[in-house]
Amino acid sequence: MAGVYVAGVGFTKIAEHWDKDLEQLMAEAAVKALEDAGVSTVNAIYVGCALGEHLQCQANLGALMAECAGLTGVPAFRAEAADASGAAALYSGFCDIASGRSEAVLVVGGEKLSDGLSEEVSSGTLMMSGRSWYEGFMGIDFYAMSALLYRLYSKRYGDEGIPFFPVISHEHAEGVAHAQYPFKIALDRVLESPFIAEPLRMLEVSGIGDGAAAAVLVSEELARRLKSPKIRMFISSATDYVNPFDREDPLRLQSVMLSVSRVLEHAGVSRSELNMVELHDSASILGALCLESGGFSPPGAAGKLAMKGEFGLNGRLPCNTFGGLKARGHPFGATAIYQVAEIYLQLAGRAGKNQLDKARTGLAISLSGVGAAAFTSLLKMEEV
Amino acid sequence: MRVPGYWRNMSFLYRLAGWKCVHCGAFHHYKPVVCRRCRSKEFAQVELPGSGRLIAYTVVRSPPKEFERCAPYAIGLIELEDGTKILSQLTDFKENELRDDIRVEAVFRRVRINGEQGIIEYGYKFRPALSQS
Repeated sequence: MAGVYVAGVGFTKIAEHWDKDLEQLMAEAAVKALEDAGVSTVNAIYVGCALGEHLQCQANLGALMAECAGLTGVPAFRAEAADASGAAALYSGFCDIASGRSEAVLVVGGEKLSDGLSEEVSSGTLMMSGRSWYEGFMGIDFYAMSALLYRLYSKRYGDEGIPFFPVISHEHAEGVAHAQYPFKIALDRVLESPFIAEPLRMLEVSGIGDGAAAAVLVSEELARRLKSPKIRMFISSATDYVNPFDREDPLRLQSVMLSVSRVLEHAGVSRSELNMVELHDSASILGALCLESGGFSPPGAAGKLAMKGEFGLNGRLPCNTFGGLKARGHPFGATAIYQVAEIYLQLAGRAGKNQLDKARTGLAISLSGVGAAAFTSLLKMEEV
Repeated sequence: MRVPGYWRNMSFLYRLAGWKCVHCGAFHHYKPVVCRRCRSKEFAQVELPGSGRLIAYTVVRSPPKEFERCAPYAIGLIELEDGTKILSQLTDFKENELRDDIRVEAVFRRVRINGEQGIIEYGYKFRPALSQS
């Protein structure tokens, strides 16, 4: 399989972009990524979006995005895997380059959650985390599913340190220009925030925002000709039963376990070689489950390790270095591409005040719903 | 628009009926093409027991569309007497009555009013059993 390289990235601030349509916001990120990579066109465009039909009454986002980015004529279509849609688009783009068919592809993800009322966004999370005639029929949305997992986790291991995950993410987001919530919050404030679905509190879940992110993926040959640093990309994915309570152990995310070990094997990287991990902390408990299922923490210990500072910017394994889903933001279809773009910035030495001392290899975990699918991306700096 | 969906899911939503794989015993609340666990094609139609134990619960406070008038409402993860785990809304409980491990039983209730056509949809919910011994 041919090598795949990230040649450039672009993204918008995550905010309420009332003045822009979804495809315009995506085009903004796309044009930035093309300029960053120094390429004028691509062989194909892959678009990630979860709720275009639901919130914007808009499908056919591939052709629309191509038009807005001035790339009409280029093949373009959308990949969808709930809130891992951006990762599904990355996966498609990766396969296109790896197969040797394309030399350069543009992967763009976008979501405009502020176009919906809060109950419409909640319906959206319900479409993403369950079946419409089971969880959907009974009004069991993403927050309720995460809350039930949180309860099971607390019963088995205790909840020590789980509410600390948002504190870490917010600390890392402080002053980050593209973050939705670029400020610190104290643990007390998390604990005092009202329940969204007990025991899950309002400040333990990501907010509602709009954002778009893009990456240009290129072949090894093109990477050699471009000026950008040689950052190689790998991606793997796995699925699991959609309802976590149909799984053998709901607290072990098999999709994460499988996709993490597959990508590490493919890249020839061991866990101890990773300099950073981006987690899917759409709810605090899922951040912890990603770490434990990915083999980065013993079961039941992620919260305690978080309290000890292991996942801070100077810790053993820095996590969510620009704020993660909680503080940078979680515009579903764009999120995985923000994660990959942020690792790219770290590896390229362009992370500003959040720059890690040593960043040569980073990994990002992206979930759909409560782990029905997981995509794990790995970026690795190559010596030239 | 969604009437056919309601109609084809009625046997589970009305009477907890579904399909059990005759080879590995996996329960499917939908009519399976192949067993999701062992890929067998042989199933027996079964009705799940209408009582069990509450394993965990939560309360939805920021409801999805079509549930605005129900909020806040409680959701439970229930282990039925045959070991099958199902999710359900909880109903008919008094304040402080919800605790892990209480015995619960299925009841038939109105669940939501669907879409612009205003179709009233019914299904199962679970409530605490009178006898907790």
